[in-house]
Amino acid sequence: MAEALISVPPRARRGEIIEIKTLISHPMETGYRRSQVGARIPRDIIRLFVCTYNGTEVFRAELHPAIAANPFITFSTVATESGTLAFHWTGDNGFSVKETAEIRVD
Amino acid sequence: MHRTSRRDFLRAATGLAVLVTVRPAGATPATMQDAIRAVVGTARVTKGRVKLELPPLSENGNAVPLTVLVESAMTDAEHVRAIHVFTEKNPQPDVVGVRLGPRAGRARVSTRIRLADTQTVIAIAELSDGSFWSGEAAVVVTLAACLEET
Repeated sequence: MAEALISVPPRARRGEIIEIKTLISHPMETGYRRSQVGARIPRDIIRLFVCTYNGTEVFRAELHPAIAANPFITFSTVATESGTLAFHWTGDNGFSVKETAEIRVD
Repeated sequence: MHRTSRRDFLRAATGLAVLVTVRPAGATPATMQDAIRAVVGTARVTKGRVKLELPPLSENGNAVPLTVLVESAMTDAEHVRAIHVFTEKNPQPDVVGVRLGPRAGRARVSTRIRLADTQTVIAIAELSDGSFWSGEAAVVVTLAACLEET
């Protein structure tokens, strides 16, 4: 099944801007391609990615078929407090994957 | 029997080359303009503050690295609310739309996109004061995405 890779620094200073990198395995089938017999291959994409920091949404991305297979998203957030960063990808055909990462803020 | 002389052939070929190269420059397809209107509404979009980092030449349109950067202090009073990316020649103009805020610290987002053709990619940023800013980058794509069969 879908496998997600997340890069979050385990420790940070309060107020520091940290970079978060996420990668998830998914074909991101565009819905514009045809098979060798001419049938249209139905769309199957991740439509939404949301990141929350201790329950508060800090980043959201709406994806379209123009995002390459295995969506890779890099963004940043301010390290405010120790806690949990939660990542949620949702998409076509009931696709839903959740991941979390812990961060310690000194 | 009429045979095309070398001179005639060259003359015709030159004419053809001129026909191929003279295209309306800077004309962006209507579908992309519609997609941009759907996001900004009637607001004015000013050029500047938004920077796209894209390779000028891409051998594989299936995964082109893209970074969008917006000049902003990212404070509670002044920050970037959203960034939208559009293409003019993909089957559909929308690429990605992100929402962020002062907690992002800086307005910088990276991903990998598909490009169906050599074209211009446009990013539009919505700021907390309600203004819209845009930036663009041109990419030459040698192998287009979306065309190959499985």
